[in-house]
Amino acid sequence: MSKMEIRLAGSGGQGVILATIILAEAAIIAGKNTAQSQSYGPEARGGMCKAEVIVSDEQIGFTKVTHPTFLLALTQASLNKYGAEAGEDCVILADSTLAVPETIKAKRVYSLPILDTAKTEVGKAFTANIVAVAAINGILKLVSNDDLEAAVLRQIPKGTEEINRKALHAGQKLAENI
Amino acid sequence: MKNKVLMQGNEACVEGAIKAGMRFFAGYPITPSTEIAERSAVRLPQVGGKFIQMEDEIASMAAIIGASAVGTKTMTATSGPGFSLKQENIGYACITEIPCVIVDVQRSGPSTGLPTSPSQGDVMQARWGTHGDHSIIAISPSSVSECYNLIIRAFNLAEKYRTPVIFLMDEIVGHLREGIEIDDEQEVEIIERKMKVRPEVLHLPYHVNEGEDVPRFHLTGYDIRYNITGLVHAEDGFPSNSNEVAHNLVTRLMKKIENNVDDIVQYEEKYCEDAETVIVCYGGTARSVMSAVEELRAKGEKVGYFRPITVWPFPEKQLKALSSKVKNIVVAEHNYGQILLEVQRIVKDCKIGFVGKVDGTVITPAEIIKAVEEVK
Repeated sequence: MSKMEIRLAGSGGQGVILATIILAEAAIIAGKNTAQSQSYGPEARGGMCKAEVIVSDEQIGFTKVTHPTFLLALTQASLNKYGAEAGEDCVILADSTLAVPETIKAKRVYSLPILDTAKTEVGKAFTANIVAVAAINGILKLVSNDDLEAAVLRQIPKGTEEINRKALHAGQKLAENI
Repeated sequence: MKNKVLMQGNEACVEGAIKAGMRFFAGYPITPSTEIAERSAVRLPQVGGKFIQMEDEIASMAAIIGASAVGTKTMTATSGPGFSLKQENIGYACITEIPCVIVDVQRSGPSTGLPTSPSQGDVMQARWGTHGDHSIIAISPSSVSECYNLIIRAFNLAEKYRTPVIFLMDEIVGHLREGIEIDDEQEVEIIERKMKVRPEVLHLPYHVNEGEDVPRFHLTGYDIRYNITGLVHAEDGFPSNSNEVAHNLVTRLMKKIENNVDDIVQYEEKYCEDAETVIVCYGGTARSVMSAVEELRAKGEKVGYFRPITVWPFPEKQLKALSSKVKNIVVAEHNYGQILLEVQRIVKDCKIGFVGKVDGTVITPAEIIKAVEEVK
């Protein structure tokens, strides 16, 4: 596997940092090298939030994403900002409520109803990040579904296993139907 | 058992500290160091230790000095604004020679600056932040694994030399998560402070044995009472106005580190054997440099890097030796040029370039490559 540089962007409180931690955890379980980091403002909720994870078979020097190979955008502002920076080898996954700017040069843009699936199908809006993680893994084939589930279970609070499994399966299904 | 886990730099710092024997933490949480307080609050009670959230950074620093004075290994953690507040008591720990570890996860400054953004603007503050002549040790980790391993060394050096040790992290490494192998059964060298054994000097808390640089310790409040003061003191621990006592004390405080630099100093160099240009870097910046150097080497360019692990004392002898073999030196750091000053002082016959950043973003490998091209 070549080096994957994955960037997740959204609004503070949507759980994009946790989503990258889960991807990093899954990478460790699968025996790969990983580096996860984030940047956000001082606000706890509402500011633009960007989290990144690099997954590679090689040692990782620089820990930040410079040429994203994948971008997830959950808000219009983050799609506009980071979509514009995405190069021609980048795959974008945007929530289907967002308008994809025509100027985006990325290799592919997928629109999937991540936020709506979490809210109506899973039944809890806060599971959107888990739906997203499963959809990302479905598109990128980073790790096996078992490794991803193990990573989710390591990172979520006790007592929320069932709803998060439901979110995982819903996300996997979204990616299968592309 | 060897176990590879995903961990954040701040978390690894707590795990390493506990391995080193930390059993008391006092702090006032501040971004980007907060996870150190959080994890200490969870982990210390599990190992029979104590965690206290104090009313501010000044009190936190005072609390860890007090706990160390009765023989406990202690730590506090903060970022720039809190590091400023701790300086007065860091000086107190210097002159009273009470071991402790102060973690500073650097963020953009001055003042409250950019709370969530990386910086290395506290390097000179780590060296000279508290007033008066004093020595200090500052260690700067570049990976999550180093947060674990080097903080053990920070505790060991604090105990061995009876000095505060600054664990000079930055947001890049503090908030980075990566894999770390922790082997629970692995033997790790743990150093405890040397205790007084000769009964005739028990009442002289600052008596130094012949051939030693550091007074041996006697637990405060056990058997005999003794005085601890931030004033210049004689070996009995009481204040003194004697010029000779003052000269000897301050000189010994400076020399106990200076005379032992070979024991204390650690550095890493890579690809320096045939290098024409060497990049000097430390902490999180080293990660950008490592990628830049690999990229340049792949193109056949003779570039290496020199990374002080102990920023203070600075690996002066080693950089001097290296500088006699190379043409150019580029300093990379997240500030306006602090270690640059040290490099300019030490290096006489090389062209010196610089890449610094103070906008709250991380120096990229491309920016380092540009600086290397410019210096040639």
